[in-house]
Amino acid sequence: MVQVKALLAKPWIWSFVGAFLVWIAAVAFTRGHGGGGMIIAALSLAVFMVIVGIGQMFVITLGPGNVDLSLPANIGLASAVAMKVMDGNDSMVAIGLLAALACGFAIGAANYLLIWALRIPPIIATLSAAFIIQSIDISYGRGLQIKPPPGFADFANLRYFGIPVLAMLAVLLAIAAGIVLNRTVYGRSVLAIGQNLRAARLAGVKVQRTSFLTYALAGTLGGIDGALLAAYFRGANVDIGNEYLLASIAVVVIGGTSVAGGKANVPGVWGAALFLVLLLTMLNTFGVSVGIRLVLTGLIIVGVITAAGGPKAER
Amino acid sequence: MMAETRAAFVKLDGVEKHFGAVRALDGVDLEIRAGECVGLVGHNGAGKSTLMNILTGTLEPGSGTISINGAAEGRYSVSRALKLGIRCVFQELSLCPNLSVAENTRINHPSLRGPGWRRRAAALIAQKMDEIFPGHGIDASDIVGDLSIGRRQMVEVARAFTVTDDPLNLVVLDEPTSSLDAHTAGQLLDFVRRFVGAGKSCILISHLLGEVLGNADRIIVMRDGKVVAANDAAAFDRDSLVATMGGAAAARIPAGSNGRKGEIGPVRVKARPARQTNDMELVARSGEIIGLAGLAGNGQTDLLLAIFDAAGGKRSGMEVTAPVALVAGDRQSDGIFPQWSIAQNIGIRSIERMLSGMLISPRREAELAAHWQQKIKIRTPNMNNNILSLSGGNQQKALFARALGSDAKIILMDDPMRGVDIGTKLDVYDLIREEAQNGRTFLWYTTETEELENCNRVYVFHSGRIVANLSRDELTEEKVIQSSFGEVA
Repeated sequence: MVQVKALLAKPWIWSFVGAFLVWIAAVAFTRGHGGGGMIIAALSLAVFMVIVGIGQMFVITLGPGNVDLSLPANIGLASAVAMKVMDGNDSMVAIGLLAALACGFAIGAANYLLIWALRIPPIIATLSAAFIIQSIDISYGRGLQIKPPPGFADFANLRYFGIPVLAMLAVLLAIAAGIVLNRTVYGRSVLAIGQNLRAARLAGVKVQRTSFLTYALAGTLGGIDGALLAAYFRGANVDIGNEYLLASIAVVVIGGTSVAGGKANVPGVWGAALFLVLLLTMLNTFGVSVGIRLVLTGLIIVGVITAAGGPKAER
Repeated sequence: MMAETRAAFVKLDGVEKHFGAVRALDGVDLEIRAGECVGLVGHNGAGKSTLMNILTGTLEPGSGTISINGAAEGRYSVSRALKLGIRCVFQELSLCPNLSVAENTRINHPSLRGPGWRRRAAALIAQKMDEIFPGHGIDASDIVGDLSIGRRQMVEVARAFTVTDDPLNLVVLDEPTSSLDAHTAGQLLDFVRRFVGAGKSCILISHLLGEVLGNADRIIVMRDGKVVAANDAAAFDRDSLVATMGGAAAARIPAGSNGRKGEIGPVRVKARPARQTNDMELVARSGEIIGLAGLAGNGQTDLLLAIFDAAGGKRSGMEVTAPVALVAGDRQSDGIFPQWSIAQNIGIRSIERMLSGMLISPRREAELAAHWQQKIKIRTPNMNNNILSLSGGNQQKALFARALGSDAKIILMDDPMRGVDIGTKLDVYDLIREEAQNGRTFLWYTTETEELENCNRVYVFHSGRIVANLSRDELTEEKVIQSSFGEVA
């Protein structure tokens, strides 16, 4: 009983509860058909939200005003870069991945440069960076769909014991992110800056270096996500990252990370990603039209964020 | 005394308040009469703030009764207290930093509405500021966040005395002078005497016992949630007050007991204020305690921050040869990380030393916290509790622990004793002298002239410049005050 209470006190538990309820609703509608398949499919798709979500979580935790809106464009460009470098050739996969990483890192670094050197608010800096990145992507990829090497595409769809390998790796990534956040100088610095920038500076925290690393980290994770998405969906295109604008922020906030900064929640990102994917699955099984589906998704996200924001205001 | 014959304006009987297992108030009786200033003293955590929160309706008493003007109050609340003319200036300032002084005034006066409300609010606050703090230099259109903490405190106090619809009978002043320099504090206390003389009442809470002894008609001493003494101010002196409050035995800092025994070593800091016109500069050596004095907001904090920045990189006119750490005085905006535990708040300045491999060692973090909890006596059952579970004074101790527990050789202190009780202060003074003898350098900005007695050398500031450089032997309160006004000492 005590353990249950302690579990309920964790802010991330609600995103998992939500995911579970949505799944139950979907399974009830299908009278028990395809429940397991829904979870496996949800795991596969949630991976991509988790990867960008973790990057976005670090950025949002830096404090009010910090957000990376260039992630969708970043994903699009990195997917094209990775596919072009790999050029359908399995022996080039590692180099292609490195190229995607480098591309993402460069975008993150450029974002921070705009914010720091030109003193532009992050929301505007990253949004305008997104337009530039997208234009580069359009002229670079020429709007063509570029195929991944067959080995890489197979890997992205690989399952062990029925569980997607990418999902396992994303769990490891989440665990690593949790350790980085709470047990490293960098993570503590992020949390300190998010709570009180001035106090952090006066306590000797290296504010600029930490902020730079955070935007670079978010960019890098966006880059990996782009390469993996292109492999999973067997092709890169300019729009591949579009849905991750709202999703990357929604998984952070629904997962219990404070929008005011200074308080991050890694397990919640996973729970929220599963919730969002299962929500779509549920609406699909109900057979509602695309328009209604989008309206409902938006309303539910607003509702969950309002509910999740309630108890925090009490503090 | 005349006041003895007057009827009580406020009467509290057997008021109790428990927070879980903590008995914050354990059966308190309190009587405030019209036309008197009552001093309320006690250590941090004695229950003063809780009692005042009940008096102003913020907290509901667990048991006991409240009567005002002889009538028992059944459903007492903040709005009821305001209707009855009871107001409070809280220690943790309550102004909105993003609004102007006039707009902040409007918050307390809903009747200022319709076109031109801003102008009328400005006139209201400006008139009261002029009355209490002549020559204050604050404009009603100034944004509060841009004001120094001392000036914010002046606005907060003046606002509590403005009147529109609701009457004004009793003002609770909780540490009203903690961020004010001696001159401004004097202005406020003079005003309080005039206010009380006009038949109103005032409760003065202060850790500066001289201030209470000199201005209160009666003094109430609290300890562990109880009133342990209540009598005419004349019946107390400093020593008897300290004895009644309990705790620290030594009441006065023994004069000349500064760190002379320790070695005075090489120069650690050389700094010139940016606005300095002559060749005066601040010099601090290892083992020295250097005081920064003068009226509040005359460039002392700016110089400390410049020295802090200079330690991280080059800056012209500055020489800083060792790592620095800063003890913030404005806890909320400069010091505390509100989401974190006490241990994490202490550890943040030292995380790089707590690494084992790539990761912060939880064991070392706990050890650092435990060491300083014991050394500086932080009152908490568990250092993993949230920092906000501590009283203000204990939060301040945690900030001292953060700086003193670090590898810094130079400790900058930005008026760090705001709202800290005398027992804690004496403990910290001892600690500072001990650390100075071990070779640390302290730069200590303070608004309390008494604290300068701990220093080897005092620099007096005026208008962003150093105007006097006094050694320990030359230091007198008179000289400090003279120089503070820009006169040549």
